[in-house]
Amino acid sequence: MKPHPNAKFIREGGLPHMFCPGCGVGQIMNYFLYAIQELNLDIDDMVLIGGVGCNARIPVYIHADAIHGVHGRTLAWATGVKLANPELTVVIFAGDGDCAAIGGNHFIQAARRNLDVTLIIVNNGIYGMTGGQVAPTTPFDARTSTTPWGNLENSFDLCKLAKAAGATHVSRWTTAHPKSAIKAIKKGIQHKGFSFIEMVSQCPTYFGRYVLGFTEPEEYLNWLRKNSVSKEKASKMSPEELAGKIVVGEFVDKREPTLVERYLEMEKTMVKR
Amino acid sequence: MSKYEEISGVQFLLGNHAIAEGAIAAGCRYFAGYPITPASEIAERMSERMPRVGGRFIQMEDEIGSIFSVIGASLAGVKAMTATASDGYNYMLEGICFAVTTEVPCVIVNVQRTRQDIQPTQADVMQIKWGASGDFEIICLAPSSVQEAFDLTVEAFNLAEKYRNPVVVISEAIISHMRGKVVIPEYDKIKIINRKKPKVPPEEFLPFKGEEDGVPPMSKFGDGYRILYSVNPHDEKGKILWDPDVYERLYDRLLGKIARDVDNIAKYETHFLDDADIAVVSYGSETRSALDAVIKARKEGIKAANVKLTTIWPVSSKLLEEVADRVKKIIVPEMNVGKYFLEVQRICNGKTKLVSMPKNRGEMHTSEEILNIIRRNSK
Repeated sequence: MKPHPNAKFIREGGLPHMFCPGCGVGQIMNYFLYAIQELNLDIDDMVLIGGVGCNARIPVYIHADAIHGVHGRTLAWATGVKLANPELTVVIFAGDGDCAAIGGNHFIQAARRNLDVTLIIVNNGIYGMTGGQVAPTTPFDARTSTTPWGNLENSFDLCKLAKAAGATHVSRWTTAHPKSAIKAIKKGIQHKGFSFIEMVSQCPTYFGRYVLGFTEPEEYLNWLRKNSVSKEKASKMSPEELAGKIVVGEFVDKREPTLVERYLEMEKTMVKR
Repeated sequence: MSKYEEISGVQFLLGNHAIAEGAIAAGCRYFAGYPITPASEIAERMSERMPRVGGRFIQMEDEIGSIFSVIGASLAGVKAMTATASDGYNYMLEGICFAVTTEVPCVIVNVQRTRQDIQPTQADVMQIKWGASGDFEIICLAPSSVQEAFDLTVEAFNLAEKYRNPVVVISEAIISHMRGKVVIPEYDKIKIINRKKPKVPPEEFLPFKGEEDGVPPMSKFGDGYRILYSVNPHDEKGKILWDPDVYERLYDRLLGKIARDVDNIAKYETHFLDDADIAVVSYGSETRSALDAVIKARKEGIKAANVKLTTIWPVSSKLLEEVADRVKKIIVPEMNVGKYFLEVQRICNGKTKLVSMPKNRGEMHTSEEILNIIRRNSK
């Protein structure tokens, strides 16, 4: 049997993984590994960072320099790594809870600074690892383990948040768009500046079962695909038509000086004593 | 490094600036911090100095961001420090847990202040030892002068690198906001310790297997060693797993590398101890009044001594037991409700008489106050 083309990236003894059957995180990990192969990147020049949660496990399984295990602090670690050694390519994997709740401030500040890292957010709309609690990305009125009578809060549009905070590259795809996702991850890593890639993903165990009422991951993937509309199409739709839809595509792509670039420039121009 | 970037010779410095200069002299090239009185001057000085010495400075969004970015920089191979005051240190405990378990060298300055005010205090001495969740050992140095603010910050970096552990410099508003004379040696004459590097290729390297001293060598990001630094329980290869034996072994080593080497770590000074009947055990700014009081008591014919603890964690039981065996009474003056006294009591109980001398009102003891207690206890 031929080994999987991405098997060579797996940390020795790292498997089996802990993802539930039908989980989207494994797909996203694969998209990332395809992306770095297609870009011909040397993994020894990379640092992979994960916080806490299902998605944060991606760097645990890949054989690379990696940091893992504290909830929400991925971008703070990344800031130190990148400023200390700007040559390193830093890719961060965080969940919606990790990025938009406990790590929300680090997220918007890193975007504002245009820190040259790639942040891949795996958004499944719920806290999966801890048992399906409400997240800042859970839709209004959804029933979760901590909103038994329905979610009272509105959800974040993470791409709009990233854009407003100053991210210089922003895109969103779902696990049902593998080719676009790989392309987006490639572009995100190549982008000089803060790249934000939101991957809407399925959590069949909690969001699928309890919020959407699906019994099979396949139904869920089909729903992700059918429920997605392109940015172009969405621009012609009314807010009512867009309700509950996932708008996919590239929202921001601009070149601005990064934090490190400005720092290096300051070193050259600052007044010598 | 060109000469103009080095600040050495006789200097007249603010305590907080001496801390910053100590860090630079020790090789610190990354600083992240968040403003807080009375620690802010450390960040201000570092923002000006870091670019001059080829380092990086960033003001983060909070103390949590500061400590984690310091950890990131250290993993990338750069010596790094952050500084805060009591309330900010609360936030940093999360990062300290991570740095202890993943063995990331870093230095944290905690300029103690009264809760939500800026008066001097020593109220946080126990927090350093016990504040974070789970098991950890930490090294904590307490300067009592501006010169020591410099010297002990250099020492803090050396200890952090040697033991691959966070090290805390615990200051107080008194030391940090005092100006004083500091003699800074030329940088190349200062003893510097750097973390051990792996001696074997990546495929043979066990990143979390201690050498004889319990401390593993450390690669930096980009070296090709592909290390996973996770706070989750991990084996010697760094693989995350739950196995009671592995967990027990990991924390036995993490704690043991410091606890078993206390005698090499713990620094102290004794004054007039040889023939003493009474010893005043002090740390930080309280040492200034304590030593003065002891000198005055000696002039009155009272055989008093001062034992100054430079390292407050880990505590040297050997030293305190020795002191207890020699003297009839130990007095512990503190700028808090009498916290470190409990540690002295734990070690010395039953061996000699112990007197706690707390002062919890944002003021240090005067030497007269300590002298009065010495007099009363010499009768």
